[in-house]
Amino acid sequence: MKAFLMLQDGTRFYGEAFGDVKNTVGEVVFTTAMSGYQANLSEPSFCGQIAVLTYPIIGDGGFENYDLDPNRVSVKGVVVKELCESPINWKNRCDIDNFFKKFGIVGIKNIDTRALTIKLREDGVMNGMICLDEPTQEQIDSLNSYKIEKPVHHVTTKQVVKYQGKGGKKVAVLDFGVKQSIIDDLVARGHEVVVYPATTPASEILAGDPDGILLSNGPGDPKECLDIVENVKQLVGKKPIMGVCVGHNILALASGLDTYKLKVGHRGANQPVKNLATGRTYILSQNHGYAVCEPKDDSVASVYFRNVNDGTVAGLEYKNAKAFSTAFCPYVLPGPMDTQYLYDKFENMMEGK
Amino acid sequence: MPRNKDIKKVLLIGSGPIVIGQAAEFDYAGTQALTTLKNEGLEVVLVNSNPATIMTDAEMADRVYLEPLSVDVLKKIIDIEKPDSILPTLGGQTGLNLAMELAETGYLEEKNVKLLGTNTLAIKKAEDREAFKETMEKLNEPIVEGTIVTEVHEALEFADRVGYPVIVRPAYTLGGTGGGIADTKEQLAEICEGGLKASRVHQCLIEKCICGWKEIEFEAMRDSAGNCITICNMENVDPVGVHTGDSIVVAPVQTLRDEETVMLHNASLKIIEELGIEGGCNVQFALHPYDMSYAVIEVNPRVSRSSALASKATGYPIARVSTLVAIGYTLDEIKNAVTGNTYASFEPSIDYIVCKFPRWPFDKFVSADRKLGTKMKATGEVMSISDSFESAMLKSMRSLELNVFSSEVNLFSGLSKEQLVDRLHVQDDQRIFCVFAALRAGVSVQEVYDITKIDTWFLNKFATIIKNEEKIKAEKLACLDKEYMLYVKKLGFADKAIAEWCGVSEKEIRKMRVDMGIVPVYNTVDTCAGEYKAYSDYYYSTYQTQSEVRKTDKKTVVVLGSGPIRIGQGVEFDYCSVHCVWALKKLGYDAVIINNNPETVSTDFDTSDRLYFEPLTNEEVLNILEVEKPEGVFVQFGGQTAIKLAKTVHENGYKIFGTTFEDINNAEDREEFDALLTQLDLARPKGKTVFTAEQALSAAEELGYPVLVRPSYVLGGQGMEICYNAEDITKYMSIINLNTQEHPILVDQYIMGKELEVDAICDGKNILIPGIMEHVERTGVHSGDSIAVYPATLDKDVVENIIETTRKLAFGTKTVGLINIQYILRGKDLYIIEVNPRSSRTVPYISKVTGIPMVQLAVRCSLGEDLASMGYGTGLHPASSYYAVKVPVFSNEKIPDLEISLSPEMKSTGEVLGLSKSYPEALLKGLLASGIRLKDGGIILISVADIHKQEIVETAQAFSDLGFELYATGGTAHVLNKNFIPTNVIGKLKDKGDNIETLFASEKVCLVINTPTRGHDSTRDGFKIRRMAIERGITCMTAPDTANALAKALKLKKKDKDLNLVCLGDIKND
Repeated sequence: MKAFLMLQDGTRFYGEAFGDVKNTVGEVVFTTAMSGYQANLSEPSFCGQIAVLTYPIIGDGGFENYDLDPNRVSVKGVVVKELCESPINWKNRCDIDNFFKKFGIVGIKNIDTRALTIKLREDGVMNGMICLDEPTQEQIDSLNSYKIEKPVHHVTTKQVVKYQGKGGKKVAVLDFGVKQSIIDDLVARGHEVVVYPATTPASEILAGDPDGILLSNGPGDPKECLDIVENVKQLVGKKPIMGVCVGHNILALASGLDTYKLKVGHRGANQPVKNLATGRTYILSQNHGYAVCEPKDDSVASVYFRNVNDGTVAGLEYKNAKAFSTAFCPYVLPGPMDTQYLYDKFENMMEGK
Repeated sequence: MPRNKDIKKVLLIGSGPIVIGQAAEFDYAGTQALTTLKNEGLEVVLVNSNPATIMTDAEMADRVYLEPLSVDVLKKIIDIEKPDSILPTLGGQTGLNLAMELAETGYLEEKNVKLLGTNTLAIKKAEDREAFKETMEKLNEPIVEGTIVTEVHEALEFADRVGYPVIVRPAYTLGGTGGGIADTKEQLAEICEGGLKASRVHQCLIEKCICGWKEIEFEAMRDSAGNCITICNMENVDPVGVHTGDSIVVAPVQTLRDEETVMLHNASLKIIEELGIEGGCNVQFALHPYDMSYAVIEVNPRVSRSSALASKATGYPIARVSTLVAIGYTLDEIKNAVTGNTYASFEPSIDYIVCKFPRWPFDKFVSADRKLGTKMKATGEVMSISDSFESAMLKSMRSLELNVFSSEVNLFSGLSKEQLVDRLHVQDDQRIFCVFAALRAGVSVQEVYDITKIDTWFLNKFATIIKNEEKIKAEKLACLDKEYMLYVKKLGFADKAIAEWCGVSEKEIRKMRVDMGIVPVYNTVDTCAGEYKAYSDYYYSTYQTQSEVRKTDKKTVVVLGSGPIRIGQGVEFDYCSVHCVWALKKLGYDAVIINNNPETVSTDFDTSDRLYFEPLTNEEVLNILEVEKPEGVFVQFGGQTAIKLAKTVHENGYKIFGTTFEDINNAEDREEFDALLTQLDLARPKGKTVFTAEQALSAAEELGYPVLVRPSYVLGGQGMEICYNAEDITKYMSIINLNTQEHPILVDQYIMGKELEVDAICDGKNILIPGIMEHVERTGVHSGDSIAVYPATLDKDVVENIIETTRKLAFGTKTVGLINIQYILRGKDLYIIEVNPRSSRTVPYISKVTGIPMVQLAVRCSLGEDLASMGYGTGLHPASSYYAVKVPVFSNEKIPDLEISLSPEMKSTGEVLGLSKSYPEALLKGLLASGIRLKDGGIILISVADIHKQEIVETAQAFSDLGFELYATGGTAHVLNKNFIPTNVIGKLKDKGDNIETLFASEKVCLVINTPTRGHDSTRDGFKIRRMAIERGITCMTAPDTANALAKALKLKKKDKDLNLVCLGDIKND
């Protein structure tokens, strides 16, 4: 079905809709990852957004994982150039069109994604609407006023989930949209993991007497989580804390630092990040639109990692609390990209070292 | 870490002549390395024997040595130049091997010279079979299991352990004779027994067979701080079993699951970390199609052909970054030159598809074995970029210049489904077209997959192409509404193909398309998929919506490049294109280049002001001209590729700088040219123009045998042959007529004499001849395959005659710019063989030796400047006090069944230069550089045709005097012995007892001199002897003149260490 993407400034990109075909408003962002669309679109990071995928053929592998929590598959729309009509993958269980239908995602294909990406790069991310017909004034108003509200609250777990440990520590995970791989990593290291809903009061978490607290990754503006920030304030200093992605931002806000919206964001599989202590650079997958402002001085925290391309803060070590955070998730696959030592660091903190 | 300040003077080792497997990519890599080192303020010394390259220009390094690449020469250069370091990883396998050998002699340590970049231990771990195995085992990385056996039962035991199928590769047999794939015990026993017999050393390598697995490559980079990145991953369309250099390759990988991509990505990083690579590195994997198992096939700890491809595919300058890493920088300190504000420590993200297609020499080597396997046969390659796979594939196919404009080729039309299925089993250069033909004929994707193991993802894409091709064929213009036209253009369909299917002209389709508003836009290769603003003016066409071309206020000139490296059109033409671009930039123009060869300097994004990586076809060139609206176009530097496009450029109202289209055409047109010669009163071998075999026969009768036959519009002497009798003519015409002949066949008198060659520059008023060259081999040998000597030694009146004739011809053909003329000198008579109003193969070498920037002068003449005012004089330039001898280099051992004897048909793939003040030493250097090294006191086998028997006496005497032992077949031995040259008689192949075969088996033969009787009959003894020699790595000379020259050079009794080395920059001062 013919459709078009209309940006907030009125620019239109014509194509064809697929998946759960309907009018949809979202914040339009692009990601330059060449592979990995399945994982990307299955996770909460794109909550409330319309994702533009710059790689020109999408869908070659269909989807391997079909049984997902619909709350967490939270991307609103997806913009592609060519949709692969005959997915080939020996583990494929579902093609992209059906996956989108199941999870209520609208896709739009045959779009000049490069032109769109360059526009977003130059003008910054903005709202957009996938339209099937000429939009009404009301729809245009909703497009202009659209804001992703409390995405973390939307995607977080509704109940506490526990994972058995094996002689390790007890880790409380505040779920802002946590990647299953982070939980799997902690469990694999022998820890008992308790995953809490994002808004769980501090007292309840502390009552569980964890050895450490992990503030997880998740979507959106950390300032949409001010209630959570207040909560986290009460955790800082009490227990060792490791923050990743949005957890990094929330920890910063809770510690009196500030965050801001990046013009374009860091979205892709090739974001270089440098560990200032060791000089090593890691190429990491990232997906976020907000960063921590440069601290005025070292009194609260010192910069631990930086993004090599734009010099933005990508990690912090806190002075007066046992806490550190990174703007990315530890890269967990074996090899020299391995940032598993971040878990080691967390464990050392929990050990009291 | 910043640059290592201890490094002050670096020696770079080049890769030598272009051969199959090592082509222009190392000119690109080396040039980038030299520029980088110089920009860093370091003193740079270069040694490379290949004169056709940009990197060996005197200006490219502080000191340039065009010398044979050998350990002894390197030692000498180290003594003279005293560098503190050597950069060994940018000169291909040749450069790396030499550096390793040099290191092993202990000389580097003695002279306190460091090897930069990846250290020797790491190189060993990657290159040495055993060390590699150990390293991979340590890392728990799987490799292809294999073992060497001498008994059948050992093979069976091995196969029981690793599982069937297994491959049997007999040791020391060429082309895999006697080997094969065994699926069962019985088969293995049979094949292995045969293989052991076939092997000279009675050994077979048994390997687990992974044929049909996906072949994947990763280009990775690591710095001294341990930062690792992968730059690009690539997938071979042809699965394991075909050499990656002979495979169609796409980037990035298309058919891998995310998990598989991540798995191999991490494996590559793990491997380069363990090896401790510092610089670029290539890792090749085989991946099982559906069970996640894989094997590491190979690690190249250096810049390679694949890294050139990856550089062009992503915009990431691997050679430059490797060089900076080698001198101490870490990746996060190196700016990404494309974006200007990000760093080299990132992994490029691309938002398009790249397709590489190999260019094979089988259009010239018609009788050679076309099968593809583990040995590379392609001479070059093309690359294409587009935003759909279909379009990238079709673009690359038409870039080959094989007259392919759709997925359908005549070769397979008319074959039945069954015939096509049979043909699919043959893995050769034509198979991809057979795949298309089979799918078109209705063979299912699954069936094609089962036979070829080409992933169904690719096959489905092929099917999309075919479906739409068939639709247009059936519905013709009726289906081509705006929407569908746009769709098929996005699929990459050529106007020319659409026109043919619709039965209209290409012009009409173009007009229709443009009227619909469907024109391409140009997107940028920016390393980051649009995330950052790019400053690279590196473009490819798409049928999308937004053009990114950044023009300036400057006047624009377009230079047409020379496409893929092939026999007859090598790196020389890239040299000329690049110099044209540089000259234009210097004159204040915006220089735009169009080319499709990923190996070259011309397609480096910062060579020109704007680079269009596009097929060199009428349609694509015109599209670019419409966007660029240039002042004019240069066609004279891009070889025949560019010349062929002159018509389109001209007819569409664009100016051709230099010699005009009409004049180019008149020079190529036989009748026009004959008329001109008559008018100028110049002689040429008499000739006739014919179309049929009958006409050819009567023409030959009239002219008298022998005659030279060839098609008009020649490229490197394509299809040229000497015919001695009617039988030869009939045979020749039957081969030629296999391909459609648009142009007539020329039949010429064959005149025996000395061949001379001249390149000249003309502004319409004056000419400048930088030098006259003389060929060592007499007429009948293609000029590209002859040893050429500059300056020619000629009588004064002959020289005067040449100058005058060249002037007449340059003016007569209305040449403005470059002209190349080949002459025959018989006695004092000068005959004209060929006139090409364009740049030639010899321009780079003559430019270097004479110091005359020939291309630059030609460009300035073409733009209207006066030659006389350029400071290089007019007429014949005074001869240099140095001799420069160009020696051709062949890749004969790479192409089984190729007739290697020198003929009017060009066969060489590259060339080297010997430079010296003495002619014999220059000759010796050239021969040594070309790889000819005779063992002292070795055996020379002589077997020559009757017409050469007397002539060879003197040469044989010389070799005998030098202490070589002579063997000859009956007739030749008789003549030699009668002339008191001690010669052993050896039996012919069919003779019992001691014969040529047993002589070869003695491994003492170091040279074979065999002149062919005639014809290309592969059943004859001569052919077999030549092939046997080549396959044993023995030098084989097929022209008496070449052998004679070798004897002359050897009389010097100089070895590499005795050579007087010449620095190119010193020639001018002499």
